[in-house]
Amino acid sequence: MIKKIKLSIILLILATVHSKALIEVDITRGNLDPLPVAVSPLSMDKNTNENLSKELKIDNVGHKISEVVENNLKNSGLFNPLNKDAFLQKPDIAHLKPRFEDWSLIKAQALITGKVTFRDEKLRVEFRLWDVLAGKEMMALAFTTVPSNWRRVGHIITDKVYERLTGEKGYFDTRIIYVAEEGPKTKRIKKLAIMDQDGSNTKYLTLGNELVLTPRFNPANQMVTYLSYFRNLPRVYLLDIETGIQDVVGDFPGMTFAPRFSPDGKKIIMSFAMDGNSDIYTMDLENRIVDRITNHPSIDTSPSYSPDGKFICFNSDRSGYQQIYVMRRDGTNVKRISFGKGLYGTPVWSPRGDLIAFTKLHKGKFYIGVMRTDGTGERLLTENFYQEAPSWSPNGRVLIFYRETKTDSDGKGFSAKLWSIDLTGYNERMVKTESDASDPSWSSLLSN
Amino acid sequence: MDLSKFFKNALLVMLACLVLSACATKKVQNQMQGDVYTGTDTVEYLASGVPDRVFFATNESVLTTASRDTLRKQAEWLRKNSKINVVLEGHADERGTREYNLALGERRANAAKDYLMTYGISGNRISVISYGKERPVDSGSNPLAWSKNRRSVTVKAN
Repeated sequence: MIKKIKLSIILLILATVHSKALIEVDITRGNLDPLPVAVSPLSMDKNTNENLSKELKIDNVGHKISEVVENNLKNSGLFNPLNKDAFLQKPDIAHLKPRFEDWSLIKAQALITGKVTFRDEKLRVEFRLWDVLAGKEMMALAFTTVPSNWRRVGHIITDKVYERLTGEKGYFDTRIIYVAEEGPKTKRIKKLAIMDQDGSNTKYLTLGNELVLTPRFNPANQMVTYLSYFRNLPRVYLLDIETGIQDVVGDFPGMTFAPRFSPDGKKIIMSFAMDGNSDIYTMDLENRIVDRITNHPSIDTSPSYSPDGKFICFNSDRSGYQQIYVMRRDGTNVKRISFGKGLYGTPVWSPRGDLIAFTKLHKGKFYIGVMRTDGTGERLLTENFYQEAPSWSPNGRVLIFYRETKTDSDGKGFSAKLWSIDLTGYNERMVKTESDASDPSWSSLLSN
Repeated sequence: MDLSKFFKNALLVMLACLVLSACATKKVQNQMQGDVYTGTDTVEYLASGVPDRVFFATNESVLTTASRDTLRKQAEWLRKNSKINVVLEGHADERGTREYNLALGERRANAAKDYLMTYGISGNRISVISYGKERPVDSGSNPLAWSKNRRSVTVKAN
């Protein structure tokens, strides 16, 4: 059902240059001065282009890969890719030995060059990152893969450049799973959909016959857990996106919902509703053993593990209203951590471990924010009519969430879209999807 | 005499106008009490005089006096029609997080179920499903629309 996306990318380190980098990008604060970078089209000889064009039905893949890289760098908000029209040096020559004066003339501080070859049905891409002001090579790598993976090559190049310049792992060779929406608000049709982080390669994983909600990636592999109303029985399901095989999780006599994986991917944590009361349970995916974690007459939902698996943050109205709590993984030592004005929901632990992202409702507005795991240092990143359900990029630097617009009294004007924002509160932008979209979940890095 | 009759008629017409306009404003106000919907726009009937749904205040699952009245009528109808089973569909408005709303819808439907059970309807005849904020009946983004959507609807299952 779902095309295999497995790949074998062979990574060769051409040369490691340990010269102290002169260019550095600080990602811990809002970057109002993105680094000017020139991404030269990856050079190809005529023969390579002809053969690859035949294979992929795309002309000049080297140029296309450089556009993938440019788009990623631009969307990160940390880089300012310069207009290719201003480039003075030809791609093949620049890749061998850039004339740094030419590149500094157009104010480029970093330069990316590359070369594409095609041999034995394999695409080989090498690239180099140059420090223009220092006149030095900072990095050189080569990849070999099947030609259809050419966009992923662009994402991996971006990850390598991002890591080299910021000192932190990238988040570009990743995917987003979400709920694609269509139809009127009262009869919305929802399907599971998956796409690359930049919005390409959208695939639909369900047909829309039943309501599906809240898909989440397993951080350890390509499994997904989500809520499906199959046969009008709302239950948590498991989906293998490589084989398409779906499985109900556990045998519960009522609704299970709000699923997430444990950091090692071996358990699912979720809510189970019985007689009007929702509590938190886990199920071990290997031995199918179910554990009850909370036992309280209030609503306990939206659980999320800390990255070390030792703690769980969750949403409860045991104080009378929705607030965020933290407990040990066995359900002991429950502590409320949200004390600001308003209601708090959808806590999600950062992959770095130091922050919890949340949705806040206060005076008729919805906010996406972060706080430390003890509830201090609350910071609201964005305010809107309706938005919720943040999901972290694997490096913990960006949040993706969904936003709905206000509908007029005739029911017109409704839309649901994915948005992302940097942890710094800068670089808020809409993530393009083929249809309306909600409930995004960010995958781990697929490679490296 | 004629003049006084004219004034009398004019007065009557004016009074009638006042009463009518009062009724008109009263009707809009009367669709909500606090923030609980009390109108009948969206209500359907299981049988004559037996409304199919009850409404809730924001974030609440407490049954109002009107809701209890409706549910007693439903219980009476269910007693008379002992072969009919029902599904109680719990809903929330769009002003909450999706997952909490699923739990809230479940809690609302169960509040209605418990009340039907205290009026002698067997729990075996009642099943419950929560749709959270997924199935609004009014797609508007305003307090009146939201009040119509905070509901538990009793639906025949057979």
